Amino acid sequence: MATIYIENTPYEVPTGKNLLEAVLSLGKDLPYFCWHPAMGSIGACRQCAVKVYKDENDTKGKLFMSCMEQVRDGMRLSIADMEAKEFRAHIIGWLMTNHPHDCAVCDEGGACHLQDMTVMTGHNYRAYRFDKRTYINQYLGPFINHEMNRCIQCYRCVRYYKDYAGGKDLDVFAAHNHLYFGRHEDGVLESEFSGNLVEVCPTGVFTDKTLKQHYTRKWDLTMAPSVCHHCSLGCNITAGERYGTLRNITNRYNGEVNGYFLCDRGRFGYEHVNHVGRIRKPLVRARLPEATDKLTALQAAAAVFRTGSVIGIGSPRASLESNFMLKTLVGDDNFHLGVSDTDYDLECLALKILKEGAARTPSLREVEQADAVFILGEDLINTAPMLALAVRQSVRRQPALEHISKASIPVWQDAAVREIVQDEMGPLFIATIHDTKLDEIATHTYHDTPDAIARLGFAVAHFIHADFPEVSGLNENELQLARQIADTLLAAKKPLVVSGTHCGSERVLMATANIANALVAKEREAGIVFTLPECNSMGLAMLGGHKLDSAFEAIFNGYADTVIILENDLYRRASAGRVTNFLKSCKNVIVLDHLHNATTEEASILLAAGTFAESDGTLINNEGRAQRFFQVYPTSEDLQESWRWLGELGTILAHDRISHWHGFDDILQAMVKEKPEFKGIEAVAPGTDFRIAGQKIPRAPHRFSGRTAMLANINVNEPKPPVDPDAPLSYTMEGYRGQPPSSIIPFFWAPGWNSSQATNKYQQEVGGHLKGGDPGLRLIKPNTAHTAPYTQTVPQKFQPLEGHLYVLPLHHIFGSEELSMHSPPIVERAPEPYVLLNEEDAILTKLQEGQSLSFTIDGQIYQVPVKISTHIRSGTAGLPAGLPGIPYAELPAWATLNRELKWRQQPQTTY
Amino acid sequence: MFSLLRSMWLTFLHAFHKRDTILYPEQKAILPTRWRGRIVLSRDPDGGERCVACNLCAAACPVDCIALQATEDSTGRRYPEFFRINFSRCIFCGFCEDACPTYAIQLIPDFEMGEYNRQNLVYEKEDLLINGQGKYHGYNYYKVAGLAIGGKGKGEAENESPPVDIKSLIP
Repeated sequence: MATIYIENTPYEVPTGKNLLEAVLSLGKDLPYFCWHPAMGSIGACRQCAVKVYKDENDTKGKLFMSCMEQVRDGMRLSIADMEAKEFRAHIIGWLMTNHPHDCAVCDEGGACHLQDMTVMTGHNYRAYRFDKRTYINQYLGPFINHEMNRCIQCYRCVRYYKDYAGGKDLDVFAAHNHLYFGRHEDGVLESEFSGNLVEVCPTGVFTDKTLKQHYTRKWDLTMAPSVCHHCSLGCNITAGERYGTLRNITNRYNGEVNGYFLCDRGRFGYEHVNHVGRIRKPLVRARLPEATDKLTALQAAAAVFRTGSVIGIGSPRASLESNFMLKTLVGDDNFHLGVSDTDYDLECLALKILKEGAARTPSLREVEQADAVFILGEDLINTAPMLALAVRQSVRRQPALEHISKASIPVWQDAAVREIVQDEMGPLFIATIHDTKLDEIATHTYHDTPDAIARLGFAVAHFIHADFPEVSGLNENELQLARQIADTLLAAKKPLVVSGTHCGSERVLMATANIANALVAKEREAGIVFTLPECNSMGLAMLGGHKLDSAFEAIFNGYADTVIILENDLYRRASAGRVTNFLKSCKNVIVLDHLHNATTEEASILLAAGTFAESDGTLINNEGRAQRFFQVYPTSEDLQESWRWLGELGTILAHDRISHWHGFDDILQAMVKEKPEFKGIEAVAPGTDFRIAGQKIPRAPHRFSGRTAMLANINVNEPKPPVDPDAPLSYTMEGYRGQPPSSIIPFFWAPGWNSSQATNKYQQEVGGHLKGGDPGLRLIKPNTAHTAPYTQTVPQKFQPLEGHLYVLPLHHIFGSEELSMHSPPIVERAPEPYVLLNEEDAILTKLQEGQSLSFTIDGQIYQVPVKISTHIRSGTAGLPAGLPGIPYAELPAWATLNRELKWRQQPQTTY
Repeated sequence: MFSLLRSMWLTFLHAFHKRDTILYPEQKAILPTRWRGRIVLSRDPDGGERCVACNLCAAACPVDCIALQATEDSTGRRYPEFFRINFSRCIFCGFCEDACPTYAIQLIPDFEMGEYNRQNLVYEKEDLLINGQGKYHGYNYYKVAGLAIGGKGKGEAENESPPVDIKSLIP
């Protein structure tokens, strides 16, 4: 700690920081543009000038750029000094000379850092009376809108896009006073993290194109803290609503999880909430009209429930509460996890390894601090995008830390650090089934079948620790690679192994567990990360239940005749034939879901469930972190949370336990009582009756407009404000105006700070944890004593089969996830169906790129255009998982080539 | 005693003063042009809607009686999809007019808005939009803003230089 004097008042600040960070951490206002907590300082904008004095006798002082100045003990500075103030006002005056008079039609307006800083410096009137510079904009794809006139040349966009996120197609062009930030030509921004430009840009150059479709100012949004439902990482998001539709998703800072950024699937994949295919009223198919009200539907469901013997199928995309409620309603023996059998095994294994293994699973923030990473079988950009971004940071960080310790440069000196590091990267080894976008930063890549990846993993574990099983039959290159990886991991202080369920192989998970255990046995602070298929896969695995296949058997064997399916499209979990057969064999099918899909078509009673924006619940992410998400806006009573439907059903049926639960908190209490491993989950967020100064936390900002007019077209008499029975948040602007606890921050705002930069005011120190700790509770603790090999069995070498292909699942950030594929911009970015073949196999089958290949997996015939790759192993093929247009198959699986078909004569579009 | 007589005298003198009372509604009051009465939405000199749906009027409104939704035409010109004022809540403070960056929303000297049914005091855009410029003539926001819209490309607004040729190295 160092003492600095600001306007002669002493403050304790941590050393090693720059002055700007220190000043902001103290809660003071100091304008800035180019500096960003995640990206460091370059001193480009000259906005954060302060006066620094030599000693207490110095009255003159010198102007310093606070972001470029390291904190020194005894430093004396002044923010309010007149000269410094004037300097800052002039700087912004100059920055504004070319800024257009656009605020009224600019999407950033009301949440604009430039507006805030202009007001903060007191630059109220424009002195510049001459011509303004203009630019031609570019088309940047379905996510981002470009309006280059507004640029103030702070360089944040390229620093984020190129340096931080590793993008290649955004850069700065031209020279001197007409710099241009954009692509080399019009086109879609390739990076999967391009959406963050919206928040990184201090003004409206890059804005959210999806928000533009239904534009709403930040002050008019009703916002609630939520958790992204589009992958297993559980990034924190803020969801905003206006006039009953979801308008945008913005980042909600969580120092342990997503930090300042989100991936594009999470940010732009929200349109399913507003989709025309939403189920908004319960349907009872046996009566006319089918659409009915809540009570009729519940009574119909209760009648079915009373007469039949019921099983329940849960869902990894439903909240823990909904799954728990269903499990309680149907009974433990009749509850089936609604995941494919492959995923069931993999998820249970992943959970077991995390619980019993010796290595701890780190958060995303901790992943960034790893100094050697080995990825087994995961295409992270597509399966857990933000984890890929975290791995990229670890690779950037490792050499930087090494160099700056020698060169004594502070870590935030971005330009200097980049200069000294040049192209050096930290150690990253990637073993995947085909090439991935992270390969470009990898020290070494290895592309082979899951079994070969597992064998490599086992060999690495053996080289780390001789007690671990040896792998026979590896070739020289593989042995050398395994040794190199082992040496690198051993040399690292915080080695990290990453794997997951997406290549569909248990052996890869076990190999990963072996490496982690071996590293811990060698007393290294090793981390292990598993990515899981969906947002609540971990929660579902922890809750426990039977396989989906046993649900099918239960119906086929007459053990049960009625099924309740919770927010789950079974056609994405098992082969179409089997699911159809299953649904036809059920006497009654009760489905709770929010979108029409193939499963809801078969439902005899369909209950309209709320999406993430219309429900409260808890999700458990891949590191076992339980996080609460809150309802964003009230709904009609015919549309409600799945757990509420099931709870009301239980109450009608006079279920001995459910009928005693009144409200959300009771469910959490009951869950903790039943499952001790969920202990603490009830305190992840403050309970329903939490109040500050007797008030709830408002979801709407205090400038929220139109309250007495927005519903006046329906009835001029304003309705009573809706009440939220489940959360300490109110739907209106009334309530406590100060900072709420970190887990229930509906939006980041501070006086004078309307943009997302207001996050600074909510952090313990800038870029660090939120005040009161980052939200979420980790439920999984490793068993550090258990350092024995997880398994001794090493898989055999992969043997290709004549006339067959071993089909492996390929995942796509845009396309593989069910809900985001209801958003038109995501659909625009999704690939067309294809099958990835090795060059040699393509020659063997006499196929060229684009021609269709016919094959059969488990009775399901596929006819898909071929893409040719040199990276996928010969004898295997890659099939996109979850992509519309490709029927479900439990992958990996052997496919039989349908040779009798004449390839070349196949019309290409008949798949 | 004296003050009593004085008051009576002064009151008596009023009988000879000019009458302030007018026979409304037969006779209309002459209101100053800055009178804050009924709210209208005006058009720019080219006949386009002036309102760009920036929401500032709604934010400024102390009784929150303005609700609108922004939308865009195919050329990028922004306008309100709907614009609703609940006049049964309006206090005619004129903050909306002050806040408006485009002179779109204006309070005019008309106060005769009485209704038997309160619901009729909810005005939609078609009730508000007039076919003229209202009090402020000659102003066209899009001629000032940097945004390109149909009929006005980049660099064609007032005080704008032509778009930068980013391949040029000339300062």
